Amino acid sequence: MISLCFFALFITLIPLISILYEVIVNGIGQLNIAFLTEEIYPLGLSGGGIGPAIQGTLIVIGLASLLGIPIGVFSGIFLAEYPYNKITFFAGFFNDILSNMPSIVIGIFAWILIVTVIGWSVLAGGFALGIMMIPLITRATEESIKIVPSSLREASLALGIARWKTTLRVTVPTAKKGIMTGILLAIARVAGETAPLLLTILGSRFFFSSFFEPTAALPLTIFNSSQSPFVATDWPKAWGASLVLILLVLILNIVVRLLTREKFER
Amino acid sequence: MIKIKIENLNVWFGEKHVLKDINLEILKYKVTAIIGPSGCGKTTLIRSMNKMHALIPNARVAGNISMDNFNIYGNNNKYKSVDPVLIRRKIGMVFQKPNPFPTMSVFDNVIAGLRLRGVRNRKKLEESVENYLKLTHLWDEVKDDLDKSGASLSGGQQQRLCIARAIAVEPEVILMDEPCSALDPIATGKIEELIYELKKDYTVVIVTHNMQQAARISDYACFMYLGELIEYGETTQIFENPRQELTEKYITGRFG
Repeated sequence: MISLCFFALFITLIPLISILYEVIVNGIGQLNIAFLTEEIYPLGLSGGGIGPAIQGTLIVIGLASLLGIPIGVFSGIFLAEYPYNKITFFAGFFNDILSNMPSIVIGIFAWILIVTVIGWSVLAGGFALGIMMIPLITRATEESIKIVPSSLREASLALGIARWKTTLRVTVPTAKKGIMTGILLAIARVAGETAPLLLTILGSRFFFSSFFEPTAALPLTIFNSSQSPFVATDWPKAWGASLVLILLVLILNIVVRLLTREKFER
Repeated sequence: MIKIKIENLNVWFGEKHVLKDINLEILKYKVTAIIGPSGCGKTTLIRSMNKMHALIPNARVAGNISMDNFNIYGNNNKYKSVDPVLIRRKIGMVFQKPNPFPTMSVFDNVIAGLRLRGVRNRKKLEESVENYLKLTHLWDEVKDDLDKSGASLSGGQQQRLCIARAIAVEPEVILMDEPCSALDPIATGKIEELIYELKKDYTVVIVTHNMQQAARISDYACFMYLGELIEYGETTQIFENPRQELTEKYITGRFG
């Protein structure tokens, strides 16, 4: 039995390790200051970089977080703290549906709602990714608050502290680690989304100019470069951009974890 | 002098009738012990005194509880009529399992109630910490570890920290729900001493499973069985000369 489990674990590790191996081996040669900072050259031209794509991805993730984190965290708090009513039941149900929604459908939604009104823009991209983040963060917040022992909530209430204050000052801080992990997973999940971005921010070769203009993003650069017929000039760029995307999510993870370290390790 | 007066108290959880026509007068500056077998409603009784039972969905209450002639449940008996927050500021609670806030230091735990109610004066907070940790005989043990997590203390220390936290908000009554059942005999002894000292300034109601403990620390005792209050009187009378057969059977361990 144990050997079977070990075998299954081994099989799961194969794709993960081979992906990492391929990306690192093919992408590491691309990494230099120029590649990270210069504008994106047209397909077929050697040189240039992915600077606008890195910038665009950070901006679109930032916008998505502005929408997704507050809404997700607060609705997660509501679902966990007020579990005995009909709204909670239906909201939880729809939240599950939303989290399983194909990302291209969310892309279409953002396209109809925003792109057809104000045009291709980073705002539309942030909106689409933000919508994708909401159910993930809601669920993670709900689950981490639910495992906070009710004895802590009772201790606070018994001190004569109002319920909302108990939630904000005792329950949520105790669940902080789980909530942070949920937020980071949601960011990592949407950072690599390509389909909704194709429909919303479109991509660009230049650095960010306005929230209402098409903007570059790493997944779009990877997609475009990998579809290029100019194998020698563009494929290495796709590998390089892939590696940068992975590193970006990793660095974001480490930075956020350091910034939100718990006062007391448990 | 009567501190808390309970009249015809009935509590239901859904269809379950948990407390039946309880009448009880709890005296000021005395320790009152509530004893009885598991599931008899002891915990529900003390939790209804500070409206903690209302956290359970479907809880329903009929009857009156008043403190210093102020009716906690209001005239119409709907538990929402008086804000539980106000009641809990007067009637503090210590729980069965020590439950310091794990995200707060020892220092912050003691003054959690004050701080969350908006006290900002650093000097006053520091005085409170020292004062209440000394009162609970914890000061000498933790004065160098005030910045450590409340959860890093031993079980007995955690429980005394929770008592310090409960009395730091200056309640008039302290409810204790089996405060020693998770502790070893030495830690239990310290808490018992503490309870003895607390009754100088506070009215204490304690639920306990431990007969000797009830006999040692309480001035009055009441015995409950299946949601009813069987007997209430001075502790010496309850233990030496019980009037009810059921009480005698229970305290002598010849139950069932």
